Amino acid sequence: MKIDELPALANTIRRDIIEMLVQAKSGHAAGPLGMAEVFTALYFHVLRHDPQRPNWPDRDRLVLSNGHICPVLYAAMARAGYFPISELKTYRQLGSRLQGHPSRLDFPGLENSSGPLGQGYSQAVGMALALKMEGRTAQVYCVSSDGEHDEGQVWEAAMAAAKYRLHNLAVIIDRNNIQIDGHTEDVMPLESLRAKYEAFNWYVIEIDGHNIREIIEACEMAKAVFEKPVAIIARTIPGKGVDFMQWRPEWHGKAPTPAEAQKALRELRSLGGRVKRDED
Amino acid sequence: MADRDLKPTTALRDGFGQALLELGRKNPNVVVLTADLAESTRAHWFAEEFPERFFELGVAEQNMMGIAAGMALSGKIPFVCSFAAFNPGRNWDQLRVGVCYSKANVKVIGGHAGFSDGGDGGTHQALEDIAITRCLPNLAVVSPADARQAYQAVFAVAEHKGPVYLRVSRSGPYHLPGVRTGEFTQGKFELGKAQVVNKGKDVTLVATGLMVAEALIAADQLLKDGIDAEVINVHTIKPLDKETVAKSVERTGALVTIEEHQRAGGLGSAVLEVLAGEVSVPVEVLGVDDKFGETGPPAELAAKHGLTAAKIVKASHQVIRQKNSKTFVFC
Repeated sequence: MKIDELPALANTIRRDIIEMLVQAKSGHAAGPLGMAEVFTALYFHVLRHDPQRPNWPDRDRLVLSNGHICPVLYAAMARAGYFPISELKTYRQLGSRLQGHPSRLDFPGLENSSGPLGQGYSQAVGMALALKMEGRTAQVYCVSSDGEHDEGQVWEAAMAAAKYRLHNLAVIIDRNNIQIDGHTEDVMPLESLRAKYEAFNWYVIEIDGHNIREIIEACEMAKAVFEKPVAIIARTIPGKGVDFMQWRPEWHGKAPTPAEAQKALRELRSLGGRVKRDED
Repeated sequence: MADRDLKPTTALRDGFGQALLELGRKNPNVVVLTADLAESTRAHWFAEEFPERFFELGVAEQNMMGIAAGMALSGKIPFVCSFAAFNPGRNWDQLRVGVCYSKANVKVIGGHAGFSDGGDGGTHQALEDIAITRCLPNLAVVSPADARQAYQAVFAVAEHKGPVYLRVSRSGPYHLPGVRTGEFTQGKFELGKAQVVNKGKDVTLVATGLMVAEALIAADQLLKDGIDAEVINVHTIKPLDKETVAKSVERTGALVTIEEHQRAGGLGSAVLEVLAGEVSVPVEVLGVDDKFGETGPPAELAAKHGLTAAKIVKASHQVIRQKNSKTFVFC
């Protein structure tokens, strides 16, 4: 898909997210909305993948480590053709493949199960190690979050990735500065995140996480970095696209009411001149 | 490397290490991970021959389990080796979600289990590992009785598609049964199939790990008292071979379980769960009674907690007395 078309698609994915959350009456709003551009860029430009062959051995891996933002993952996968878009409304319903946090056994199209933070990160390291052993050229992209970096396991995994010179691993960190209990720098200060990663012997790229060109360029650059894993610090606005959710930690872990959802959808539909194609 | 002779006295970890090395020669998908305990777990024998398939991850058990899950999801068969106190003690959440929830084909090796790490004291003596593993869906739990069985178990565990916890002692059996020395695990090892290692009719002794040898010594002593004890080696605690155990208990009418583990949540609990509502007999559950370990020689520690042939004999007399009395109370 052409890069120019991706911002509109990201907007569609945001509307999917709002619809999933209001239907489910629970789930996380801020993170998924903030990561709409990243997931759009990944599924529609960066990843070498084939929705018809989810087990293709040479596919790029997308490992979601902060599993609670799965509405954006599910929406992007549905839009990419992994499953019917109509199935999105089953999110968090009994019997759905789209569990509240990603469950690989329920939905084999997923690379991993995640929820307890820090775990997907290590699994991504394990996948990159296995691919490297086999001489496969597939790239592993792990999506993590700033709050997740409170977990000691993240730093254990970061050390191991540097030890094994995992050039085929890129971790995209959603740096939206919020977590459930408040702002990250109040809950547990993380800065300087760049300096921390550099001290761990990683290559670091900082980008605007809403600029699709920057996301794509960073992912391309990550492939070109040899001998080191790459951390892409994506600065994002939590709740991006919905005015009353933006920047507010209270929207980290809750779903909109039907009235709030209507307001959010109206706002997303009316981005005016910035959106070139609107399906509604 | 010359293959090691596995004697009845050989430490379980040596049987494990030898098998892991041979498995590495047979199966190129086998990878071995450790968290700074390669030599203690005997993973170093594999490491020396297959350095490219050996991953030293430092003192970071949580990450090790996660990496193993990722490798398993990419087609490898990872053996994750550390002490049972840390693995699965320290990384249980990673085992639960990363491995079991995804049914990742990871083999978790809990070394120095039970009192076998005597000198290191209570912090290092894993007496809870069976309880915290057998409660996890999709996970098989294996606890071999001696080095030969640990050796056999490694191949069966590798063959099994799905996660497995393998409990390995640092030592061999604390005491060996006289007449049956070294014979109690001669047979074929079949995952999930309990072994009747001594046939009897008066009482059933169900044991796992190093306690199988103690149960056999007890059976010899009971024979002198005119009691014919059946001894079952439950080397696979999950899935538990209900049929073999239930049939035996129905026939003998009395049961004693023995394990080098907390009474809460271990082999005894597992056996009672499957027998509940089906077989009603007097039972004694021998194990560590809600206490932590401490520094000391493993055999003496086991004895301090009542894990000896003499205590098994006493418990057997007790359940047989209850069976023969009209007023026995079912446990």
